[in-house]
Amino acid sequence: MAHRWINTLTHNDITPHRAFLNRRQVMAGLAAGAGLAGIGGAAHAADGLEPNSYEDITQYNNYYEFGTGKTDPARNAHTLTTSPWTVKIDGMVDKPGDYAMASIMEAMTIEERIYRFRCVEAWSMVIPWNGFELADLLAMAGVQSGAKYVAFETANRPDEMPGVRFPALDWPYVEGLRLDEAMHPLTIMATGIYGKPIPNQNGAPMRLVVPWKYGFKSIKSIVRITLTDQEPPTSWNKANAREYGFYSNVNPEVSHPRWSQASERMVGGGLFAKRQPTLMFNGYEEEVAALYEGMDLKANF
Amino acid sequence: MDRIRDQINATARRVPTWAVYILCLLPAPYFFYLAVTGNLGPDPVKPLEHKYGELALQLLIAGLCITPLRQHLGINLTRFRRALGLMAFAYVTFHLLVWAVLDVQALGRVVEDIIKRPYITIGMAGFALLLPLALTSNNYAVRKLGVKWRKLHKLTYLAVFLGGVHYIWLVKGIQLEPLIYMAVILGLLALRLRGRKPSRIAA
Repeated sequence: MAHRWINTLTHNDITPHRAFLNRRQVMAGLAAGAGLAGIGGAAHAADGLEPNSYEDITQYNNYYEFGTGKTDPARNAHTLTTSPWTVKIDGMVDKPGDYAMASIMEAMTIEERIYRFRCVEAWSMVIPWNGFELADLLAMAGVQSGAKYVAFETANRPDEMPGVRFPALDWPYVEGLRLDEAMHPLTIMATGIYGKPIPNQNGAPMRLVVPWKYGFKSIKSIVRITLTDQEPPTSWNKANAREYGFYSNVNPEVSHPRWSQASERMVGGGLFAKRQPTLMFNGYEEEVAALYEGMDLKANF
Repeated sequence: MDRIRDQINATARRVPTWAVYILCLLPAPYFFYLAVTGNLGPDPVKPLEHKYGELALQLLIAGLCITPLRQHLGINLTRFRRALGLMAFAYVTFHLLVWAVLDVQALGRVVEDIIKRPYITIGMAGFALLLPLALTSNNYAVRKLGVKWRKLHKLTYLAVFLGGVHYIWLVKGIQLEPLIYMAVILGLLALRLRGRKPSRIAA
């Protein structure tokens, strides 16, 4: 059931690696000269998404299991062993068990998906993921009728993840989706970025990507998937229910208690980049609004 | 021990205060330059904003160490306290400017944030408390205000505490660094509350 969503962006939209490398020199040159104004903001075309550089995507991460700084995961995640890797699929499925990453990859169709990524902290990127539809993996295990939610769990390895020794969150990291959200064509399991295997700091070997929700819902380094009929607990909701809801759909009209979600900083735009208005459902309104028909999105944030 | 103390005091006496001002100010354009040239990471606004705020807090804390150092170790760095205080205020101002101009970018949203977001309200309160302290950090004010000057400047304790709360409150979830800062702040404030030891007279 792959290929149910077609990229509107093509490879012509992806900024070539060379140009990205050059961009930094250009900026440094301009800055060293007199004109400091107007550097940022010019980088984004009015239509079409321009993916962030591989460096930006892999050096700027929130992955608290490896430290709470943005560069901590890139620095520390090398200790995570990602091979061999198994995903336990259990709960309301026909074929529960431990699925080896290798057998999953054999069975799945990997495609490229260029998605907007919006962090709850009000910064965003455009990321060219490589992955397969979550629906295909769930079909492999056979979802039983009666299942209403999908729960996910991240690896919890104190010997490989220095950050879990500190209770920044209640480990292991857990997340969940409603079944229809999980089966949506946009929802993928990402295994690569820019055609390369996904780096540890981005959630190797396999992480969820739900592009219309805040980034923390796109749980990384998944070791367990459970089909259930109860709304599963999610880590940030457990940490602070007032600030992080189960749905966490990107919504400029519902502010985080401590900051507005109406606009965002696009990473890579430079020090003087203008904030951009945040789009409803992160720009995927057409694709996903129907899932929330009739729902009060302020109450179910 | 006394000889080391005397050495430190002697060296300190030779350092001109203008040097302290310059030393404290150097990081400001340095980190700004790093930010502009893409060397503060791909999202430079937040790291720059946080760096200035962190330096402000560190300078406030350094200023609060002066009296305990004198009272408990006999090391006299009182001459530099004004520079530390004024530089702390400078960095709070830089922090505020980066936030308002480069981060939020709209006056309406700035005002809205100050009203609606408690951790920002607290940050602004800290800034507001430091303003009169910065304005009276000169010999004229010390002369004019006399005893009242000392009382006014005790507001530093509240300002640094608000700065610590602001930091704890702005991070997501429980994080270690803000808690460490708060522990240091509370420790320094506790030293004050324990009552002043009689001042050691330099030998």
